[in-house]
Amino acid sequence: MKAGSNLEKVFESGQFAVTAEIGPPQSANPEPLTHHAKMLKGYADAFNLTDNQTAVVRLSSIASAVIIMREGVEPVIQMTCRDRNRIALQSDLLGAAALGVKNVLCLTGDHQTFGNEKGAKNVFDFDSIVELQVFDQLRTQGKQVGGEVLKDPPKTYLGCAENPFATPYEYRASRLAKKVAAGADFCQTQAIFDMDMFEKWMDEVRARGLDKKIHILAGVIPMKSAGAARYMKNKVPGMIVPDHIVDRMKSAKDAKGEGIKLCVEQIEHLKTVKGVHGVHIMAVAWEDIVPRIVEMAGLLPRPKFES
Amino acid sequence: MIVAKRKPLNEIAEMLAPYKKVTVIGCRSCVAICLAGGEKEVKMLVSALKVKNKRDGRKQHIEGTVVERQCEKEWVQEIEAQILDSDVTLSMACSLGAQTIGDMYPKHLTFPGLNTGMFGVPEEQGVWSEKCVGCGNCIIHTTGGICPIARCAKSMLNGPCGGSANRKCEVNLEVDCAWAAIYDRLKLQNRLDLIESVTPAKDWSTSHSGGRRVFEREDAKLTPHQKKGKGVT
Amino acid sequence: MPDTRPKIVGFCCERHGMDAAVLAARSGKQFEASVRLVQVPCTGRVDGMHILRALEDGADAVFVLGCLEKNCYYDTGSIEGRKRVGYVKQMLSELGLEKERVEMFNAASSNSWVFPEIVAKMVEVVKKFGPIGGEKR
Repeated sequence: MKAGSNLEKVFESGQFAVTAEIGPPQSANPEPLTHHAKMLKGYADAFNLTDNQTAVVRLSSIASAVIIMREGVEPVIQMTCRDRNRIALQSDLLGAAALGVKNVLCLTGDHQTFGNEKGAKNVFDFDSIVELQVFDQLRTQGKQVGGEVLKDPPKTYLGCAENPFATPYEYRASRLAKKVAAGADFCQTQAIFDMDMFEKWMDEVRARGLDKKIHILAGVIPMKSAGAARYMKNKVPGMIVPDHIVDRMKSAKDAKGEGIKLCVEQIEHLKTVKGVHGVHIMAVAWEDIVPRIVEMAGLLPRPKFES
Repeated sequence: MIVAKRKPLNEIAEMLAPYKKVTVIGCRSCVAICLAGGEKEVKMLVSALKVKNKRDGRKQHIEGTVVERQCEKEWVQEIEAQILDSDVTLSMACSLGAQTIGDMYPKHLTFPGLNTGMFGVPEEQGVWSEKCVGCGNCIIHTTGGICPIARCAKSMLNGPCGGSANRKCEVNLEVDCAWAAIYDRLKLQNRLDLIESVTPAKDWSTSHSGGRRVFEREDAKLTPHQKKGKGVT
Repeated sequence: MPDTRPKIVGFCCERHGMDAAVLAARSGKQFEASVRLVQVPCTGRVDGMHILRALEDGADAVFVLGCLEKNCYYDTGSIEGRKRVGYVKQMLSELGLEKERVEMFNAASSNSWVFPEIVAKMVEVVKKFGPIGGEKR
């Protein structure tokens, strides 16, 4: 065991993992986090706490993690390279570990021009792969990137994200290979709507033997409306939503119900894809639907381990 | 070259408003090539400001001139009298020119007429784009001759981020994704192996992050004795 | 007695632009303005600097008259001219001056009505905004 997190145990036990996302609030109020943690407890193995996602200022992911941990829920904190240099990244990794946060997802981060602080000076001292490499060295050798050796290195389970739907497509499996080489233990993918394309990517991943070295969590997003489908198709860079999905959402009488059904079907299918070790449900601003989806997809009860 | 852009004229007019005598100084180097502060741009600016003054009934003497390279003291020195004869100098060079004049005549006011933007190249007539940020440690031999530090919005070292769609940058859909370009170039050169392994943390100490940089070349520098002989202080 | 009529400078290309002006002049048309024409080989040769200098030296409005864009003697000259006029308009706007004082027009040499219309339009502009500097004439 690298960190002994619940998520790590689920993977190591060979079971199909489930993670979901909790977006920290745009306020200093911990209540929404507590509320979601209580509601979602037992429906996923760990919950991602986004790090100022789309560069919108929110309650910090590490603080959010501590808040949901009080409810007995396991966090995965996202750490982007956008806002922190190597000093801050390493310091926050130590801090998070000291607070009992065991899963860290390394991301380069959305550019600040997407957010509500467009005038910000970004950092990007690292990209996500360098971040992984540095964190891996820190946890395995206790060695900082600058060379100094720490006495009590952090015990952290390291994750990454990968997007099979971003260009150049031919390079996407290589990117995952680099992340594996850099030390990633698990990978959450961008939301999958184009199954054929995803499976093509998985073929490449398996051909390189990467599925044996990293636990892949396939990303899904339940959609509330045809508008959401169109928005993701047209406005979100690096997302591919095939027309048949948009059409299906459009022609549905009960769009929400259809969105849930579609998501469950996707999960059922993803369970059969060789090398996929779990799903990551990104119910953006629709967190309360997660229990239903997990239940309908036959993913209950979630495994429990002696701590 | 250094690519700059004229400041909005209202900003310039406001800057100069309190002064009676203004000298506008252009530069025939980079900023002339990028059509921001060459002879013609100086003349047009002076003319436009005069029209504005005529309209506002403001008495202000404005004259324009241009030097070969405003970042070099020797060229600036040639128009010293004109500079010192004015209340304020508006530099139509990049910030280097403006600072050179400022450093040479610290009591004299020198204001910037341009916003200095980047190290860029003319892509086509009227279009300039950034290709270098002067990080001080060039790696483009490993990236197909394309700089990811300057040309990727996130300065990624290990390939494109997840927002690259249709080989364009998510930050500006008009701009090519640097890493898509690097991928294509390396594929063309049959050197894709270069981006298969992890590029480790970059040492930014050679960039501005390491503090203000001064480059020296000993063989080109004058010895104290030579300086004395040439009357250089 | 000083000439108090609006002062207008027109840069006309020696092809269609000037011909259209001459055609209007031959008709004996009178204008309520002092119009000074500058013949240029092509409106593509008119620089923003020329326009600004005219304004600086006393013109209240400046127009540039070239060939029709699809029938320019020098192919794209009048397109260039329009771009230059556009740039000067932007400069005037940035300074809080009326960009309407500067206009680009196109004409075919046989369009006898175009030139009087242009002058009338520029006279309107000067009447609306007054001269640049000094009292309203």
